[in-house]
Amino acid sequence: MATQLDALLAQAEAAEEEAKRSVTVEKPLELHFDSGNLLAIDPNPLNETEFRLDREGYLKNVTRDNAQLLINHIWSLPTENVDGVVIAKLPEGKTPIPREKPVPKAKPLTRWEQFAKLKRIKNRKKSKKVWDEQLKEWRPRWGYKRANDKGRDWLIEVPNNADPYEDQFAKLKAAKKERIARNEFKRLCNIARSRKLKVPGVGLPTKDDPSKQELGTAMSLAKRATASVGKFQESLPKEKPRSTRKKRKFEPLIGDFLHEKEWQLGILSKMSNKVPKLDVTKTCAPVLADRNIPIT
Amino acid sequence: MEGVVKPRTHRGRRVLEAREPKLRENDKSALLLQGASSSMLLKTVLKDMHSLKKPLSVLYRKKNMTRPFEDQTSVEFFSRKAECSLFLFASHSKKRPHNLTLGRIFDHHVLDMHELGLESYRSLHEFKVQKCMQGLKPLLLFTGEEFESDLEHRRLKNILIDFFRGPSISAVRLGGLEHVLSFTAINGRIFVRSYRVLLKRSGVKLPRVELEEMGPFLDLVPRRVRIASQDLFKRAMRRPPAVLRKPRKNVSHDPFGSKLGRIHMQQQHLDTLALHHGRALRKPRKEGKGANSENEESESKMGKVNGRGKGSNVGRKQDVKSRSKKRRVH
Repeated sequence: MATQLDALLAQAEAAEEEAKRSVTVEKPLELHFDSGNLLAIDPNPLNETEFRLDREGYLKNVTRDNAQLLINHIWSLPTENVDGVVIAKLPEGKTPIPREKPVPKAKPLTRWEQFAKLKRIKNRKKSKKVWDEQLKEWRPRWGYKRANDKGRDWLIEVPNNADPYEDQFAKLKAAKKERIARNEFKRLCNIARSRKLKVPGVGLPTKDDPSKQELGTAMSLAKRATASVGKFQESLPKEKPRSTRKKRKFEPLIGDFLHEKEWQLGILSKMSNKVPKLDVTKTCAPVLADRNIPIT
Repeated sequence: MEGVVKPRTHRGRRVLEAREPKLRENDKSALLLQGASSSMLLKTVLKDMHSLKKPLSVLYRKKNMTRPFEDQTSVEFFSRKAECSLFLFASHSKKRPHNLTLGRIFDHHVLDMHELGLESYRSLHEFKVQKCMQGLKPLLLFTGEEFESDLEHRRLKNILIDFFRGPSISAVRLGGLEHVLSFTAINGRIFVRSYRVLLKRSGVKLPRVELEEMGPFLDLVPRRVRIASQDLFKRAMRRPPAVLRKPRKNVSHDPFGSKLGRIHMQQQHLDTLALHHGRALRKPRKEGKGANSENEESESKMGKVNGRGKGSNVGRKQDVKSRSKKRRVH
């Protein structure tokens, strides 16, 4: 009985040994593993004679051994069971790989942000919705369908000391446009400041070598920048008048009928008297060529 | 003009944001393109690489009249357009037949390029076996001393890892390791083989690995090289401190936004503890300040009370005061 048991145990042990041997690989130098990238680097020298005798078989054998070692390494990582599937947690990759873009720089502060930082002003969160007294409902603080929208009113009271013929609606619209433009201008100023570009307070940006045209533009702008829009500005001795686009003038809708009649009849006669242009040489050329007559 | 012109739509804004430099970058995708003269072989190479690298690859099917080693600008332009920072350029000429240029881009400029001649090739379709799933992260194996021999080979190894490593992941399903890509450097050649992994039961916990070749199969010979200068490479390698910083231990945040942590207190010394000096403990003022005897008495008392520890300073101050008072009296 005892001998049978011993034999069985020995058999089991031998089987286990065999199994262990099937998953172990002996290498003189250890492989470098980078489990974050599922990567193994084998620094061992290759056997050139074996490689020459059976290239594909040798490559496959070496790869199998290395794959076995890599998989053994990944199997040894801490695992987790998620929905009945065994998952190994991978560390970050060790191999240094270059970035595709440089490290992002901190965004430059805007003028307001600089000021707020200096004064230690902190943003307080405001609620997104506001109660609208008129409509008796919660509406967004800003944007489409916002609460307490002044532009929604169909009637605006004219202020006491205002011009009664002034369009109050147009005034609101213009003010809004002005605010948008100012905001955009400030945004561009912030960008220019962060890139250390020169921004003129008024007028055109200065240049080191302005062209003739740019100088002309600057001069005409400067000339017109007076209270009377340059009406009383004297011109230089040899100054050419700056070409300004002519204003289109339209005829009055009801006015000089005689002139209108003449003008329209003129168009009709021009159309009826049109004679097709005839290029004699071009027309005759093929005929003359047929009859072998030289073109003079 | 970047940053000056505002995106007009939210979608456009998102696209631009995705292209900005980030602390933790996206997975690199590869641009596969061919030169003015290409070969049928190279076309299949590009197609196979495309199917290996999907979805992190963009394949250009038309020919492009360009040579990256002579003029990099057009490759840089294409990569910027396709938002790819790796490229594989295929060209075929009498001087350099079946030529593959493997390169990568940093900050919209070519970082390094390696030219590899294709000596023999067998495509994915020539191996009539079952293939692994698409979009898998392969196991990468580099074999041979030559990979460690010189800077060019080390950089080539780096670029191959960069090109083939696939998506970066934090966990992997153990049964899902299906694909092995092996790169072997020997006799001045690089042999690229691709196998499907078969995990067999071994009787122990670890599986027995068997391989089945599934293609593609490439024998490559290195040709021209343009490697990045140490300086530029170092700049490209820079890792932002915010990424390197380890997360703080023992600190967590609950869903209400409050910070929770375990702090370890040292034992408090109650003798030296600074407590609020209550009015009730203060001594009542005595009248008749000028009397000598009282001053002496208070001095001695202070001495007794504040005789040890930090409190003795107070006693000394009191001494000076009382002395000056004495002088005034005399």
